[in-house]
Amino acid sequence: MHEYSLVRAMVDRVEQEARARNATAISRLAVCIGAMSGVEPELFASAFTLCQEGILAGARLDIRRSEAVWACPRCAAAVPAGGVLRCSACDSPARMVSGDEILLERIEMEVP
Amino acid sequence: MCDTCGCGDPSKVSVEVHDRILSANDRTAAHNREHLVEGGVFAVNLMGSPGAGKTAVLEATARALAGKGRIGAIAGDLETERDADRLRAVGVPATAITTGSACHLDAEMVHRSLHDFPWRDLDYLFVENVGNLVCPAIYDLGQAVNVVALSVTEGEDKPLKYPVMFRKADLVLLTKVDLLPHLDYRVDLVLDALSRVMPQPSVLRVSARTGEGIPGWLSWLDGRRAAQAQGVPAHPHHHS
Repeated sequence: MHEYSLVRAMVDRVEQEARARNATAISRLAVCIGAMSGVEPELFASAFTLCQEGILAGARLDIRRSEAVWACPRCAAAVPAGGVLRCSACDSPARMVSGDEILLERIEMEVP
Repeated sequence: MCDTCGCGDPSKVSVEVHDRILSANDRTAAHNREHLVEGGVFAVNLMGSPGAGKTAVLEATARALAGKGRIGAIAGDLETERDADRLRAVGVPATAITTGSACHLDAEMVHRSLHDFPWRDLDYLFVENVGNLVCPAIYDLGQAVNVVALSVTEGEDKPLKYPVMFRKADLVLLTKVDLLPHLDYRVDLVLDALSRVMPQPSVLRVSARTGEGIPGWLSWLDGRRAAQAQGVPAHPHHHS
């Protein structure tokens, strides 16, 4: 289960940002997890509850999911996920447009 | 000042980060990659399920490359140094990373193990990842290429079940092909499955036991290594 180590990495980053701004509490974290990122949002959320102490004790975690989207890099036609990953028009190999994100998007914190 | 919900509360601050949660790992991986490329070492992140034949492929690679290329290995395992021991027995300088309960290697573990390892003398450095088709896929180690070993005893639909791993593969080694006459395995089905998760599926059939396909594997490695030496990026994945 790599979700726990991802949450640890996120918490390190959040604490660093909080220190830089003398924050007293983190109220909300917004993350984006792609359907093809290899991360389970439920496991990520439950790993987060294990790390909720100190400044993060009352933080809300909002996870936005992004679907896997493939397109042709040459003619920009959409290439449906689940099918053969080549453009039906020009036969170019498809490129992933989104769906592999593991992003920390926003931190909301309370400052003195 | 809170500008998210418009409440205007001066004690709330919203910080836009928009950064990969693994950005610290990515920086260490970039650092590893820089040193390896600079040292003329071609690094392969070899992944696959437990028992897919990763160590056996490396043993066969070492035998076939004897006298032609210098290879070394870092073997990741939850427990024991068995894989590293097997590789040393065929003359491959090898070091082990024992991860305990961690299901994958990360860039920092590889970085630390390189400190005590004579990697600068090598042509190829193989990082044999922890046997697992899920977790290792999301950690960049600083490799030039990702290679996934998939054995013919595993089932043709593995790529569809583990798309994240196969999407990241530059090459899939279909291993244990000497067993094909004894199985109902259909190679066409696995190739179809791969074409649905890899935009440019690249597959080589090998048998570590009989040596079948090993020359093709060596020439793939040689070609990619030459491309690295000429400065052609061999790792085209964009990490958003």
